[in-house]
Amino acid sequence: MSVALDVSGLAHRYGPGPAVVDVSLDARPGELVCIVGPSGCGKSTLLRAVAGLLTPTSGEVRVDGEPVRGVVPGLAMVFQDYSRSLYPWLTVRGNVELPLRGHVERSERQERAEEALKHVGLDGQGGRYPRQLSGGMQQRVAIARALAHRPTLLLLDEPFASVDAQTRADLEDLLLRVRAEHGMTALLVTHDIDEAVYLADRVVVLSPAPATVAAVLAVDLPGTRDQIGTRAAPEFVHLRTEVARLLRR
Amino acid sequence: MIPLVRRWAVLVVAVALWEPAARAGDSPFFPPPSAIAVALRDRLWDTDLVAAHLLPGVGRMLAGWAIAALCGVVAGLLLGRSGVVLQYLSPLFAFVRAVPPPLLVPLFLVLFDLGTPMQLATIVVGVIWPVLLSSIDGAASVHPVQVETARVLQLRHTDWWLRVVLPAAAPKVLAGLRVSLSLALILMVISELVGATNGLGFQLALAQRRFDFLTMWAVVVLLGVLGYAFNSGLVAAESRVLRRQRKEA
Repeated sequence: MSVALDVSGLAHRYGPGPAVVDVSLDARPGELVCIVGPSGCGKSTLLRAVAGLLTPTSGEVRVDGEPVRGVVPGLAMVFQDYSRSLYPWLTVRGNVELPLRGHVERSERQERAEEALKHVGLDGQGGRYPRQLSGGMQQRVAIARALAHRPTLLLLDEPFASVDAQTRADLEDLLLRVRAEHGMTALLVTHDIDEAVYLADRVVVLSPAPATVAAVLAVDLPGTRDQIGTRAAPEFVHLRTEVARLLRR
Repeated sequence: MIPLVRRWAVLVVAVALWEPAARAGDSPFFPPPSAIAVALRDRLWDTDLVAAHLLPGVGRMLAGWAIAALCGVVAGLLLGRSGVVLQYLSPLFAFVRAVPPPLLVPLFLVLFDLGTPMQLATIVVGVIWPVLLSSIDGAASVHPVQVETARVLQLRHTDWWLRVVLPAAAPKVLAGLRVSLSLALILMVISELVGATNGLGFQLALAQRRFDFLTMWAVVVLLGVLGYAFNSGLVAAESRVLRRQRKEA
């Protein structure tokens, strides 16, 4: 079995207190793994270590077999705080094209940006500034920016936590569609149990801080999911109950 | 916002009151505004003041300010992102900043003798501090999420500095540039008062020694107009640059 992402024995401490203790998990190529855990349990620390944004105190992260030292090529990340993650002084197009500068030629850059914006349903919005868009649209821009990068590994840190419920459902489906079309490996961190079960191929449940892996659950729901049918399926209800029970302990 | 006409009314009334008061007082030290205006007009027509004194002085001032701005912004942005280096240098900056810039004039008189190099040095060294310190502040204030985003996007160095750090620091950089421009005008006059053979400051000192109070007042008014014009120009440029990144659309 080939592994796109392999985290083994990861631990990290800020100052005196440990944030993450001995977390091991993996993701197969093209798999969408959701990490769910209580607020402040060290989920974001874990994701930052995978991204190469911080060097863990101990343990190792491997992407495609290579140990991570710094941000690996082919990585894209979507942050919860879209209003800061998008640069307000750049237009939507400017934001999406930014990471492509110096890597692809101008004409291809524009093409890719336009294509990525179309993908997230924002064609024709390239000339606007992020603040002129709603929160949900801004997060779409952030996703488009990640897509224009053509990532093989997509990390998402509570990406839909700051938008309203309807927008959230739309963005969840957008993510599933994007993943189906691009086939990248994705790791999504959330504190929302339903979201984790709805999106994931596998759910990794973390314990309260300091984080350890409480359980890994395979999600046996059909590949194509929909907001109403999937959430009503007995398997979905069973899984969310299971995750909730694990988190309660 | 009070309409423009009403805001200027106070100044107009003040001048209108000054006129009869100065006429009634009939003091050679306080000529009426109308006489000053006439004197100013006559001397502006007489190209000597403009070509031989106003333009060289303003040229030195703008050149000194431009040099200080370029060096201050570049060094400030680099230092603002340097972390450790800045911590070592900040006590030094705190000390140098506390030295009143006009005190540099005697020093540079000794080093450079009368003339343009001394005046340029005074202006550059005197006005670089507001630009440097505000650029440091601005560069240090790039939000952590914006920094992490840039790292994940693996931006080129030029994009990081020109498309992230510089625009993020722009509000503070521009405020520093404005402070240093008004300081440059002050230093221009002071350096000309003591160490020049032309310039408005030189004219001012000359008129004073000749008891030509009308010319003295004319130069003072001209300097006021100059300061006002430079400041308004920069404020206009500032709002143009910052309009793009204001919070509200």
